[in-house]
Amino acid sequence: MMLAIAHALFTAQGAAEDAALPPRQRLVAILLATAMLVTILELVRRRRLREEYSVVWVVTAVLLLILAFNYRILVWLTAAIGAAVPNSTLFFGGILFLMLLCLQFSVRLSRLTYRMRKLTRQVALMQEELQDFRSRHDDAAKP
Amino acid sequence: MPAKNEARSKVAMRGSVAQQRLQARHRDAPRVLAIIPAMNEAENLASLLAELSRVHPLGNTLVVDDGSSDATGDIAKDHGCLVVRHPFNLGYGAALLTGYHYALRHGYPHIVQLDADGQHPPELLPTLLEPVLAGTADVVVGSRYLDNGRSGSTTLRRLGARPLAWLATLWTGQRITDPTSGFQALSPAAVATLCSDGFPEDYPDVDVLITLHRAGLTLVELPVKMRDRVAGTSMHGGMRAFYYFYRLLVTLLLLPWRRSSPWRGERVSTKSHAASDKREDDA
Repeated sequence: MMLAIAHALFTAQGAAEDAALPPRQRLVAILLATAMLVTILELVRRRRLREEYSVVWVVTAVLLLILAFNYRILVWLTAAIGAAVPNSTLFFGGILFLMLLCLQFSVRLSRLTYRMRKLTRQVALMQEELQDFRSRHDDAAKP
Repeated sequence: MPAKNEARSKVAMRGSVAQQRLQARHRDAPRVLAIIPAMNEAENLASLLAELSRVHPLGNTLVVDDGSSDATGDIAKDHGCLVVRHPFNLGYGAALLTGYHYALRHGYPHIVQLDADGQHPPELLPTLLEPVLAGTADVVVGSRYLDNGRSGSTTLRRLGARPLAWLATLWTGQRITDPTSGFQALSPAAVATLCSDGFPEDYPDVDVLITLHRAGLTLVELPVKMRDRVAGTSMHGGMRAFYYFYRLLVTLLLLPWRRSSPWRGERVSTKSHAASDKREDDA
């Protein structure tokens, strides 16, 4: 495995033009990406994950799959962002993905907080109204 | 469509008739709602309400019980106050906002708000309300620093309040000495503005005054002697102070470019207005 990684690093730095992942690494990458995609879709199917939250995950899984199949894109991307090693491009992408996901959650949380507060306020006001209405009704029912 | 409009105007008419009847009943005393946000203030509330009843009918006093774990709500109810209970603690600003919405819903034109800890002396209520009732001001703030009054304040608090007062003065173009004061009287226009959107639900402060000023409302400060809280602990303190300053900084920096919440248009209930009209008829 160590050899494979070392080999990958070597090929990435050396022969970028007709670069390809070593077969074993490629296989692992494809399997991982596929497993990720299947897990996400399965969660959506079982309604454990809402479609709206699956978007970022599915996009990431598909990107991983594309990169696993086509190493050249990664090499090109590495050159494009000015990174030295394709591996750091991967880490960079991973962190970027996590940051986006967290930001999405924060925005969603803000919306939920807003709605929760509004609903709580309405419930409190309606409860008071209902109690008032009930006591008036009871008073009216008395002779 | 015409039928719907007709129905709507009928409801509006019914509302206005109810309003007239109410105004006829309270001709000499315009309807004023006193709002007291309270969280675990059972110890202070009874004496405050006893004092308040001398200047303001408790039937027009709303205690917003912000998720208290003690008998705050029951005490208020026993004294004959209107009580709205939050099922859990939402914060001082949220309690105030609930009060504003209550006033809108039940057609109270004017609002006066005071803290439950007893630092705002109820006997000053008429003084505070006067400019609002006369129509010369939309927001009247009871200031403890005006007229060089140094009462009811610690040195630390005064140090913290000074930059805030300076900011408020800078943004509104008029001298404001005590923007943190929760002792306020509000006109119908002010209440409507505060209810529309963006009221800070944790710690309302300078930004509220600035928002009101930007909405074209008149702000007035009156000197007020505040007392020390009788029992319990203040809500300002500890780590919250840091968040408090951070929030103010961000709000004030973004204020001119701030938009209203994208979710404000969402309606929770469509029946609320009809329900409140009915209630006014009953009254």
